[in-house]
Amino acid sequence: MPERDPTGLLVSMQGISKSFPGVQALIGVDFDLRAGEIHALMGGNGAGKSTLIKILTGVEKPDSGRILLEGSEVVVRSPQHAQALGISTVYQEINLCPNLTVAENILIGRQPTRLGAIDWKKMNREASEILLRVLGIDIEVTRTLGDYSVAIQQMVAIARSLEIESAKMLILDEPTSSLSSHETDQLFEVMRRLKGQQVGIVFITHFIDQVYRISDRVTVIRNGKRVGTFDTASLPRMDLVEKMIGRTITEFDEMSKIKAATGEQIGAQPVVTTRELGLSGDVHPFDLTLYPGEVLGLAGLVGSGRTEAAGLLFGLESPDSGSMEVEGKVVAKFSPFASITRGLVLTPEDRKAAGVVEHLSVRENIILALQVGQGWFKYLRRPQQDEIAERYVELLGISTPSLETPVKNLSGGNQQKVILARWLAVNPHVLILDEPTRGIDIGTKAEIQKLVLSLAEEGKACIFISSELEEVMRCSHRIAVMSEGRKVAEYDGGVEEKVLMHSMAGGG
Amino acid sequence: MRPPRSRQLWRRATESKLFFPVVMLGFILLVDSILVPGFFSIQPRGMNLYGSLIDILRNASTIMLLAIGMTLVIATGGVDLSVGAVMAIAASVAALLMNPYVLAKELPPHLMRLINDPHFTFQPLWVVILVTLLVAMACGLWNGWLVAYVRIQPMVATLILMIAGRGIAQLITNGVRIQIFYEPYAFIGQGWAILPFSVYLVAVVYGAIWVITRRTAIGMFIESVGINARASFFSGINEKRIKLLAYVICGLCAGLAGLVASANIKTSDANNIGLTYELDAILAVVIGGTVLGAGGRFSLLASLLGAIVMQAVTTSMYALGVPAFALQAIKGLVVIVVILVYSEQARGLLRGLGTRKEASP
Repeated sequence: MPERDPTGLLVSMQGISKSFPGVQALIGVDFDLRAGEIHALMGGNGAGKSTLIKILTGVEKPDSGRILLEGSEVVVRSPQHAQALGISTVYQEINLCPNLTVAENILIGRQPTRLGAIDWKKMNREASEILLRVLGIDIEVTRTLGDYSVAIQQMVAIARSLEIESAKMLILDEPTSSLSSHETDQLFEVMRRLKGQQVGIVFITHFIDQVYRISDRVTVIRNGKRVGTFDTASLPRMDLVEKMIGRTITEFDEMSKIKAATGEQIGAQPVVTTRELGLSGDVHPFDLTLYPGEVLGLAGLVGSGRTEAAGLLFGLESPDSGSMEVEGKVVAKFSPFASITRGLVLTPEDRKAAGVVEHLSVRENIILALQVGQGWFKYLRRPQQDEIAERYVELLGISTPSLETPVKNLSGGNQQKVILARWLAVNPHVLILDEPTRGIDIGTKAEIQKLVLSLAEEGKACIFISSELEEVMRCSHRIAVMSEGRKVAEYDGGVEEKVLMHSMAGGG
Repeated sequence: MRPPRSRQLWRRATESKLFFPVVMLGFILLVDSILVPGFFSIQPRGMNLYGSLIDILRNASTIMLLAIGMTLVIATGGVDLSVGAVMAIAASVAALLMNPYVLAKELPPHLMRLINDPHFTFQPLWVVILVTLLVAMACGLWNGWLVAYVRIQPMVATLILMIAGRGIAQLITNGVRIQIFYEPYAFIGQGWAILPFSVYLVAVVYGAIWVITRRTAIGMFIESVGINARASFFSGINEKRIKLLAYVICGLCAGLAGLVASANIKTSDANNIGLTYELDAILAVVIGGTVLGAGGRFSLLASLLGAIVMQAVTTSMYALGVPAFALQAIKGLVVIVVILVYSEQARGLLRGLGTRKEASP
C-alpha cells in the first residue's frame, strides 16, 4: 500500500510549461492526483493532455515547473525512471507481444528461474496469481496473448505495468477507444478494484459518458492551459463540454435544422447504384442506391463489414459478383485511381496507416490526390499548390504552424481535417467517410458533422460510417445497417435508436 | 530580433539534408589542408586542370552516378544491391559491341589487325551506348518487377542479380576479358575538357534526374510511397509503377557508371568492375540523409555530396600514405561516424546547441 504524505497527494505537478518549435504546448499547468482516486483528464485534440502525461512519465522534459511525488520534488529522467518511481502507464496502442503467452507477457524479463533455466510452472502460477489478485480476472495464462480480446490484452498490459515495481499510480491513455461496451465494463471493474487498493488512476478519454461513470474528479485542459479541476459529480455535463470547447453548443440543434432543410433537396437521379455487389468472404452481395445531396449513414458493429463494403465501392478490392454504376456508367475498372477519376473518394478508417503521409508537409498531403488525378507530369505549380492548401486550411480551420509543417506534427483532429481537405480538393461527387470522427474531440467532431451536411447541401452524396449511433442518426437522411458482412436493413433517417441497435445485432 | 532569427537559421541548417555531408566534407578537407601539403593546389596543363581536388571529383563520378539512382530506390523504401553487377554487365555489353572479333577462334589477317586498332569499332559509338543503357535498364526492370509486382523483399530480390550478374557478364564475353582500344570510348572515362569528362556526365545526369523528380510530381510520389505505401495506394498513387520507375532509373545509372568504369580501365573486367560499389553507393545515400529501409524524403544533391565525402576519405588516406588494404577499415570507421551522427541523441545535441546560442547574448 502506498504511503501517504500529509497532503494526501500522490503526485502534484505545479506550473508546468512546455513549448515545442512553433507551439506553446503547456502554460503553467497544475495537476494533482490523490491516492485511491480516478482522475479524468479531458481536453480537445492538441489541448496538451498528452504533453502533460509525457512530462509526468519522463518522455519530455518541462521548460519550467516542478513535480512533487508524495511531497518531495523529483525530476523524472526517463520512462524507465518513472516506472521506478511508481508511475505506470498503459498507452493507447498496446505494446505487448501478441505471439507470446499471457504469462510471458506479464513476467517478461523477470521470469522465475530454476538452475539457470526458466521455471515455466512457477512462472505460469505467478502470472495467474497476479491477474487474480490485482485485477480479479481468471484466464488461461498459457495461451498466447493474441487469442484474447483487446480488452483482456489491455488488462494484461495493466497487470504487467503494475507488477514491475510497486506501482502507486497508473496512467491510462484512452484505454477504451477500441473496446466494445462490454469490454469497457470489464475494464472499469478492474479500475474500481485498483482504486480500492489505493492506486491513483489518471484516465484520459474522449468519452464524456465514461468520465461520469467512473471518475471522481476531472481536470480540463484547453489550448495548453488548465481550465479547472472539478468534482465530477457536481459538474453538469453541458458545463463540462462547454469548458472543453470554450463555447456553448447550439451547433447540434442547428444541425438537425440543416439536415431537415437539405433533406428537401435530394436529387432524383441516383449517383451510385450497386446490384448484388459483393466479394466472397468479405461482403455479402448488396444493393445500394445513393442520391446526390444525400447523407447515407452506414451503421454496424466493428467487423460487421461496413469498412469492407466501403472499400469495395472505392475499388480497394475488385468485387467478384454484381455490378456498380456511377452516374449512369457501369464501372469496369475497380481501383482507387479509377474511383478518383470518376469523382468517388474515401477517407479511410485508419487515419495513421492509410490516411496521412506523415513526413510530407500539410501542403503536399492536401494536394496529393489532386496531383494523382493530374498524372505524373502535369505537376501543379508551387503557387497553385500553396493557394489550394491555404484555401482548405482556412476552410476547415486546420491549425498548423505553416503549410510546410510535416503532417505528423499535427494533432489527430487536424490530421483528419488534412485528409478531408485532400479529398475535397479533387471536388468529388461522392464521399465515403469511414469513421471520420474517431478519436477526435467534441468540438472538431461537431465541425466535421456540420461539414458533411454542408457538402450534402452542395449536392454531393456522402456515405457516413461511424460506430457512434447518435452521430449517424444526427447526420443521415437514410441509414443502412450491416451485420456480419450483410446489409440487413435500411431505414429512414428518423428511425429510433432501439430499432437500429436491434438490426445491428443481426435481428433484421 | 537577432537571437530568434539566428536560432531559426540554425535549425533550418541542421535539419537540411545537406548539413551533415557539408560538415563532414569540410572536416576532411580541413584535415587534409593541415596534414597534406599542396592538397589544394590545382595545376593547369594546357586547357585542363589537375590536382587532388579534381581527382576526388573524377574518382567519385562512378559512385555519384550510382548514388543518384540509389537515392530514388532507397526513397521508395527499397535498396538495390545489384548495381555493381549491372556495371559489369554494361561493361561486357559495350566491349562486345565494339570488338566482337576478340571472341572468334580464328580470324582472317585483315580483321586480326582491327582488334587493337584505336580507330576501329564494330558498332558506332552511339549504338554501343544506347544498347548498353537499354540492357542496364532491362536489369532495373527485372529488379523493379520482382520488388513491385512479385513483392519480394528488395534486399532479396536484388540479391539475385547481384549474384547472377557477374556470371551473366562473363557469359556475354564468353569468359574473356575484352580489352578496349577504341579511343573515343576511352574518352568517357579518361577524357578531359578543363574538368574530367565524367564530371560533366554526372552533372548532366543529376540535372536530368532532378528535373524528372522535382519538376514533375514523381519525386513527391516516390517520397509518399516510401513513407506510407498504404496511404499512397488509398490516394490513388500507382505504387507499383513508381517503384518500377525507381529501379529502372537505378539500372540506367548503373549502366552509365559501367561505361565510365570500363572506359577508365579500358577493359571489360567482369570480375572486378564495380565490385562492392553497391555498398559505397548505399553509404553515400545514407550520408546524404535518405533513410535506408524506411525511405521517404530524399535529396539528390546530398547523395552526391555523400559520394564525394566517401571519395575524399579514400583520396586523403592515400595522400597520407595509408596502404590500400587498410582502407576498408577506415571506411568502417566512416560507417560508425554516420550512425552516431544520425542518431537521435546527436540530433538532440545539435538542437541544444541552437538553444544555447540563443541564450548567450
